[in-house]
Amino acid sequence: MVTLAAGLDWGIFFKPAFDGSGNYLRFLFVGLQWTLLVSLLSWVLAFIVGAFIGILRTFPGKFLPTLAAVYVEIFRNIPLLVQLFLWYFVFPEIVPGLGTWFKQGFSPLFQQLISGVLCLGLFTAARVAEQVRSGINSLGSGQRGAGLALGLNLMQVYRLILLPVAFRIIVPTLTSEFLNTIKNSAVVSTIGLAELSRQSQQLGEFTAHWYEAFIAVTVLYGIINITVMLISRLLERAIRLPGYVGGRG
Amino acid sequence: MYEFDWSSIPGALPFLWHGMVRTLQITGVAIVVGIVLGTVIALLRLSKNWILSNLAALYVNGFRSIPLVMVLLWFYLLVPQLISSLIGRPAMDIRLLSAFVAFALFEASYYAEIIRAGIQSVSTGQISAGLALGMTRGLTMRLIILPQAFRRMVPLLLTQAIILFQDTSLVYVIGLAEFFGVAYNTGNRDGTLVEMLLFAGAVYFVISFGASMLVRTLQGKLAS
Repeated sequence: MVTLAAGLDWGIFFKPAFDGSGNYLRFLFVGLQWTLLVSLLSWVLAFIVGAFIGILRTFPGKFLPTLAAVYVEIFRNIPLLVQLFLWYFVFPEIVPGLGTWFKQGFSPLFQQLISGVLCLGLFTAARVAEQVRSGINSLGSGQRGAGLALGLNLMQVYRLILLPVAFRIIVPTLTSEFLNTIKNSAVVSTIGLAELSRQSQQLGEFTAHWYEAFIAVTVLYGIINITVMLISRLLERAIRLPGYVGGRG
Repeated sequence: MYEFDWSSIPGALPFLWHGMVRTLQITGVAIVVGIVLGTVIALLRLSKNWILSNLAALYVNGFRSIPLVMVLLWFYLLVPQLISSLIGRPAMDIRLLSAFVAFALFEASYYAEIIRAGIQSVSTGQISAGLALGMTRGLTMRLIILPQAFRRMVPLLLTQAIILFQDTSLVYVIGLAEFFGVAYNTGNRDGTLVEMLLFAGAVYFVISFGASMLVRTLQGKLAS
C-alpha cells in the first residue's frame, strides 16, 4: 500500500532497462514476443499430436485406443511444472547421448525454448486429444457405418467424413485450450525463459516498481485473451455447419 | 548410461511428507473457500440485478484471463503489504498465507463457472414450481435448485479439485516449499535432482490418477 500511496510512476517504462537492451517498454515487448512464440509453437505441436492421439482413441480394436489412453492419463495427471522440470533437467540426463548433444549443441536460450515447447505442447496434446475424441464420438456410429458400407476404407472414413465435421464442432473448445496454452506458457518462466511473467518479475526486481510491472503484464495478458477470442469468433462464423449447434439452420 | 541413485529418497521422506501436508492444506483451503465463494459468485452472476451480475462476470473473467503464475505473484505482492498495514507482523508464514488467499480466490472463479452451469442445468420448471408453492426465490434456490445442482456437479467439482491439487506445485514461483518444492530443493542440495523429480512426478501421478479413477466410478454410480 505504501508504494500505491506514493503513486504509480508509469515513466518507468521509458527508462533504460538494466540489461542495456533499450527501455523497459521494449523489455516487456520482448517478453510478449516470447510468450506468443512459445504458445504458438506449443499449440502447433499440441494440435498435431493431440489430433493423432484423439483419433487413435476412437479407432476400432483394443490396442491403439488403450495406448492413446495411457498417453492422455500420463500427461494429464502430472503437474505442468513437474513435467517442465522433467523435460529440462531430467530428460537430457537419462537419455544416453542426448544430454551432451543437447547441452553442448544448443545455447541456454534454445534449451529453454525446446524444453518449454516440448513440455507445453505434449501436455496440451493430451487435452486436445480428449476434445478430438469427444468431437468424433459426438457424431455417433451411423456416419462411420455409412462410410464403411459405401466401400470407403477406415482412413477415408476419417479423412472425408468424420474429421471435417468433428474439427468444426470442437473449434470453440480448441480456442479455450489455446487460451490455456498462452496462460500456461507463464510456467516456462521458472526455467528462465524471458517471457512476459518473467519480464514482469525482473522489472519489479530491478526497479522496485512492482505494481507498474504487474499491472502492465496483466493488461497485456487480457489484451491477448480478447484478441484470440475475437479471432476465434470470426473463425467459428466462417466454418460453422448448417444443422449443428450454432450453425445456420 | 545414467546411474540412478535413489539412496537420498528414504532419508528425505519426512520432509517430503511435510511438504505433502502443506500441498494438501493449500488444496483443502482452496476447495472449501473456492466452492463457498464460487457459489455466491455464481448466484450473483445469475441475479437479475445487472450491476451485481456484471461485477460477478468481471471477477470470473478477470481471474480466468490471467495465468495462475501471475495471480500468485500478485497476491504475494498484495497480501504482505495489506497484512503489514493492517495488523503489523503476521502470525503465520506470509508465503503460505499469500498462497492460501491466491488459490482460494482464483479457484472461486473456476468453481463459480461450474456451479453456474450446474444451476442452469436444473430445469426452469422447478423454479416456477417452487415459486408457485409460495416459496421465496431464496428458499427455492436453497431447498430445490442447489441440492439438485450440486449432486450433478460433484464429478466436475472433484475433477477441478484434482487439477487444483496439481496446480499447487506452482507456489514454487513465490518460493514456498510444498511437496514439489521440497523435492526440488532436496534434489538440488544432494545432487539427486533427476531422481527427486522423477519421484515427485510418480507421486503426483499416483495420487491424481487414483483420484480421477475414483471420480469416474462415482460418476458411473451417480449416472445409474
